[in-house]
Amino acid sequence: MGDLRDAHGDLQLESVTKRFGDFVAVDGLDLEVPRGSFFALLGPSGCGKTTTLRMIAGLEQPTAGRVLIGDTDLTGSRPYERPVNTVFQSYALFPHLSVHDNVAFGPKRRKAKDADTRAGEALELVQMADFAARKPAQLSGGQQQRVALARALVNRPEVLLLDEPLGALDLKLRREMQVELKRIQTEVGLTFIHVTHDQEEAMTMADTVAVMNRGHIEQMGPPEELYDLPRTRFVANFVGQANMGPGTVEGTDGDYLVADVYGTKVKVKRSRSQVQEGSLLFGVRPEKVQVSRTQPEGGGNDVMGVVKDVSFLGVATAYLVEMPSGTIWSCYEQNLDVEPIDLRPGDQVWLRWNPAHAFAVAPEGALQEAAR
Amino acid sequence: MSAAAHIPSSTKGEGGAQEVRAPAGSRWMAYLLLLPGLLWLGVFFVLPLVQLGAVSLQSRWPDFPGYYYPDLNWHNYVQALTDYGPHFARSFVYAGLATLFAFVLAYPLAYAMAFKAGRWRGIMMICIIAPFFTSFILRTFAWAQILSDEGWVADVLNALHLLPGGQIINTPIAVVAGLTYNFLPFMVLPIYASLERADPRVIEAGGDLYANGLTTFRTVTLPMSMPGVLAGTLLTFIPAAGDFVNMELLGPQRGKMVGNVINDQFLAIPGGYPIAAALSFTLMAAILVMVFLYVRRFGTEELV
Repeated sequence: MGDLRDAHGDLQLESVTKRFGDFVAVDGLDLEVPRGSFFALLGPSGCGKTTTLRMIAGLEQPTAGRVLIGDTDLTGSRPYERPVNTVFQSYALFPHLSVHDNVAFGPKRRKAKDADTRAGEALELVQMADFAARKPAQLSGGQQQRVALARALVNRPEVLLLDEPLGALDLKLRREMQVELKRIQTEVGLTFIHVTHDQEEAMTMADTVAVMNRGHIEQMGPPEELYDLPRTRFVANFVGQANMGPGTVEGTDGDYLVADVYGTKVKVKRSRSQVQEGSLLFGVRPEKVQVSRTQPEGGGNDVMGVVKDVSFLGVATAYLVEMPSGTIWSCYEQNLDVEPIDLRPGDQVWLRWNPAHAFAVAPEGALQEAAR
Repeated sequence: MSAAAHIPSSTKGEGGAQEVRAPAGSRWMAYLLLLPGLLWLGVFFVLPLVQLGAVSLQSRWPDFPGYYYPDLNWHNYVQALTDYGPHFARSFVYAGLATLFAFVLAYPLAYAMAFKAGRWRGIMMICIIAPFFTSFILRTFAWAQILSDEGWVADVLNALHLLPGGQIINTPIAVVAGLTYNFLPFMVLPIYASLERADPRVIEAGGDLYANGLTTFRTVTLPMSMPGVLAGTLLTFIPAAGDFVNMELLGPQRGKMVGNVINDQFLAIPGGYPIAAALSFTLMAAILVMVFLYVRRFGTEELV
C-alpha cells in the first residue's frame, strides 16, 4: 500500500457522509482544496468539522462518499497509509519520548535514513531546537504546540491537518502562533487544513474559509467575501456581526430591490440578495452603519433609533441602538477626531448606510434556526 | 525513582517553574499527619523486623532443645543457604513464571477494559474484584478441588493425553497456576489504570505518524503503560515469591518453596526459629536486590 503515500495533488471530498447511529455528523460533503492552500473549516462545535478532518486523516471512515488526493482514492485506507499528518487539539505528544524522538517518530517509521537530521531541521523551523532533549511534560502549552506542529511537518505530508491547534493557548500566544503558522505554511508550501470555531482565527490565516453548519458547508470562499457578502443567515451571524431584520420585497429600483423592513423602505442590490421576491432577511455590517444626530441629506436607507449603550474601544466607539422595530443594532464609528461623538444612552440618532453595502439572505435559515 | 516528579506536568510560560516553599506551619502539619502512620509502622514493622534480625542470629542451648540465647551466630545464614538453596531457586522460578503468565493474561484484559469494553467496563471491573470478597485460602481450596484427580480439568487433559504424570494437582503446574490466579488482579488493575489514563489521541497519533497497529502498540501504547506493567509485576512477583499457601494446598509433597520451609521451621520443627528468621531475612534481601535491579533496568521516571 506504499503507493498511497505517494499521492499528490488537490484534496477532494466527494459527497462524503458520516453517520454515528442516527446522528448525521457530515452530510454529503463536497469539497476541493487546491494543493498548497491554507484552508479553514469554520463552524460551531458539533457542526461536523472535526469528523471531516478525521475522515481525511483516516481516523474515521466515511459512511458514504470518497476521499481523494489527486487521482488517488484514499477511502478505506488506514491512517498510516496516507500522506496526511495531524496536529491534534491536545497535541497528543508521546509522553515517554523526548521532544527530538517525538519529531523523529514519523521519519523513523518510514525508515528515513536522515530521520534525526530532519527532526532537527523541523525543530529549528518551529524554534524549538533548544528543547530537543526535554520530555513533553517539561514544556509549556505553546511549546508543546510547536513540537506537535514540527512532528507533523517533518513528514512533508501532502495535507497537514490542524484540529483547533491554538484552542488551549492564551490570547497573546494565539495571536503569535497565528502569524507563525501562516509563515510556516508559506515557507513549506503544503496544504494546510485548519479546523476551528474561532472565526477571527480562520479569517486571519486561511486563503479559503468553508463555514460548516450541521454537517454541510453553508458557504465557502475567501474571508473577505464571506464577510462582505454572506449567503445565508448562519454565515452572516457566525462570521462577524450583522444587523439584520426580516422584510418583504415590494419592487425594484434599477439595480436595486426595494423591501419593507418594519415599515422602513430599504434598498439592496439585486446581485447582493439571495432572494428576488417574497420575504427576505435584510442585513448590514456594523462598521458600514454611520451614526448622526440629524437626519442625513438624501434620505433613503436611514432609520431613526435610540442609543442604548455606548462603549469606547480606543480605535472605535461601539453603539447599541434600538430600532423602531425593537431590535438592537450595533454600529462602530472610528475615532478619527480627537473628541469622540458625544452621545449618551437615551439620545435619538439617525442610522445611515450606503445601500451598496447592504445584503439580503433567505429567511428559511431563520425559521430553521428558530425550530432548532 | 521519580526524577520527573518535581516537574509540574503543565508548566506555564517559558522556563522552569520556581519551587514554592511551604510555610513553616503547613510543614508541621505535614509531619503531624505522618505521625500515626509512622507510629504504626514503627511498632508493627520496624520493631518486629529488628526482633526477627536478632532471632536470626541466636544460638540454641545445647542442653535445652527449643531454647535459644542471644548471639551473633552467622552460621544460621550459611545453613539456610546451603540447606535450602533449591527452595529459594524454586520460589523465584515459580513466582517468575506466575508473573509472566499473569502478565500475558492481564495485559489483553486490561487493554480490552480500557479501550474496547464500553459499557461492559464496570461489569468487567466487578468480575476482577469479586474474588476478593472470599478468602484467599478458600479460593485456593476451590482450586484444589478443580484440579483434583476427579475434577474435570484432569479428566479432559488426560483424555487428550496431555498429562504425562496423569495428575495435575500436587504438581508444580498446579502451584504456578494457583499463583497466577491468585495474583492476577494485582497485575490487571495497575496496567488498566495506566492504560485508562493514556490519551487515546496519543495512540491515534502513532497511526497518524505511519506506525501500523502492531508498531503503534510496541512504540506507543506499551511504553506508555510501563508504569502499570512495572507496578503489576512487582505486586505479583513479590508476594508470589514468599507465598506458601498455593504450594501447601496445590503442590507436591517434596520440592517445596522457601515460604513453606519458613512456615515449617517456625511452626513444626522445634528449635527452628533462628533458621526460619535467617531464611526470612535472606528472602527479603534477595527480593530487594532483584526489585532494585529490575526497576533500574525497566523503571520509568514516574513509577506509581
